[in-house]
Amino acid sequence: MNQINEPKTSLQFSFMGEGALLCEVVNANAKLELVVQQRIWQLAHSVKEQLGVLEVVPGMNNLLVVFDPIRDLVTNLKAQIQHLWMVQLATSTDNCSAKLHHIPVVYGGDMGVDIVDLAAYAGLSVEEVIERHSQAEYTVYALGSQPGLPYLGGLDPQLNKPRRASARTQVKAGAVIIGGSQASVLSRTSACGWHIIGYTAIECFNPASEPAALFSPGDTVKFIVEEVRL
Amino acid sequence: MAGMLTSVQDHGRKGYRQIGVGLSGAMDDFALSVANLLLGNPNEAAALEITLGGCALKFKSDTTIALTGTDMKATLDGHPIPSWWAVSVKADQILKMAIAPKGLRSYLAIAGGIDVPLIMCSRSTDLKAGFGGFNGRALKAGDYVKVFTSHQQYYLKQGFGISRRLQNESKDSNVVVRILAAAQWNDFSKEAQCLFLNSPWLVTPQSNRLGYCLSGPVIVAQKQQELLSHGILPGCVQMPPSGQPVIQLNDANTCGGYPKLGVVIEADLRKLAQVRPGESISFQLCTQQQAVQARTQLQEQLTSLKLQAESMRKRLSDPLF
Repeated sequence: MNQINEPKTSLQFSFMGEGALLCEVVNANAKLELVVQQRIWQLAHSVKEQLGVLEVVPGMNNLLVVFDPIRDLVTNLKAQIQHLWMVQLATSTDNCSAKLHHIPVVYGGDMGVDIVDLAAYAGLSVEEVIERHSQAEYTVYALGSQPGLPYLGGLDPQLNKPRRASARTQVKAGAVIIGGSQASVLSRTSACGWHIIGYTAIECFNPASEPAALFSPGDTVKFIVEEVRL
Repeated sequence: MAGMLTSVQDHGRKGYRQIGVGLSGAMDDFALSVANLLLGNPNEAAALEITLGGCALKFKSDTTIALTGTDMKATLDGHPIPSWWAVSVKADQILKMAIAPKGLRSYLAIAGGIDVPLIMCSRSTDLKAGFGGFNGRALKAGDYVKVFTSHQQYYLKQGFGISRRLQNESKDSNVVVRILAAAQWNDFSKEAQCLFLNSPWLVTPQSNRLGYCLSGPVIVAQKQQELLSHGILPGCVQMPPSGQPVIQLNDANTCGGYPKLGVVIEADLRKLAQVRPGESISFQLCTQQQAVQARTQLQEQLTSLKLQAESMRKRLSDPLF
């Protein structure tokens, strides 16, 4: 078990309507931290058991708690969540259920239309982008936005590139994408403002499977070079 | 004829946001609840959500139906049927919905509820992700939709309805919705906050079940910051860099990162569901207690309507068995 020795900062609460609280780490200055995320998973786990809590949704270093506002007094709930956050054991979540996923990727060419621009932006060659993207080990921080879509932390900082000024209206499911410091795989064909560097045939979400989502928070993801198209 | 957008919806897919699956479900869930309670259906029964109207359905067998939501000047074999009304129909009868003169969405519930598979605890169509409901899509002309056998079968000798006041018609062309301030409310100056609350916002044609894109004065936050992605709920009023607000709704993504000014309270989401593109809305701040009170009042209203509907059904129906 990893010791987490970072100083305790209290959570900041805001309403997401009368039946939900958004719990955020104060002074997170928008920098993702894995240790904070591990505590978020742990918090999600314990808050879910609280009376009146209907749903917990881990985000990126934050947690949305949906509750029954008719049954629960919100001040009590805030105090309970803050208490759980402050007293939780300084250990990371028990990750024995975490899986390692190998995702085969066809990089570049018609499968990764933005890789040339991204390489130029990063000051790297396309080969170096592929190398850095496929050598990193990613952690699934959260799922969200669309069914089964993983928010991955662990992208090589050199590959950070702010999202496109405007989104493409239709990007195929399976697109391997980069948006700012986050990496992901598009799970449904949809509009997308991230940069497309490759494509995988792996299916992130199938409502008929159990579980429906391939990835779970805490899982590790590695991208494997299946083919390079230039 | 399936109309502009007709889909199978119940009260939505709850509890799956942590894997990125959104709510879907009836936009006007009060109207759906009333449709079900008029028939004695369980509250979780699925019905058809009809957008704008312009559709026709033929019944393959005798059953009882309820229409709620906006009035689409429905006719059954040419005889008018009001909204917020239950009536028995015969096999081969044709129900036609005209284009609604006002409002946007109506609900057609059928005794027993629509028979589509339960996926992740819901029969709602997730139109964006393409699963649930009727083959994961909106209905098309020629589709045959099955219905569960009702546990209580009856024939209504005459139709009955509930007060038309429930139709939620506002005399004013501008609909006011109440919001609770959200995380970035205070990142906007007093002037920006006032401008936001005092301006009518035009609902643009880009608006749909995913969200309403609004048009009005440009509003910019004092403090521009990069936010980390977080869970959002229907009703969330985001302010993208364009300075034109977007209200995320039932089919929206489960996560977002734009600054949030507020979130429309649950009791007022049904008002939004009936606002058409081209109409305008405005926002009013309220407290969490007021929002909970409004929600409780709607619940109580449904409970009392349920009792009324039960006694009406008893009085007007012949049991078939």
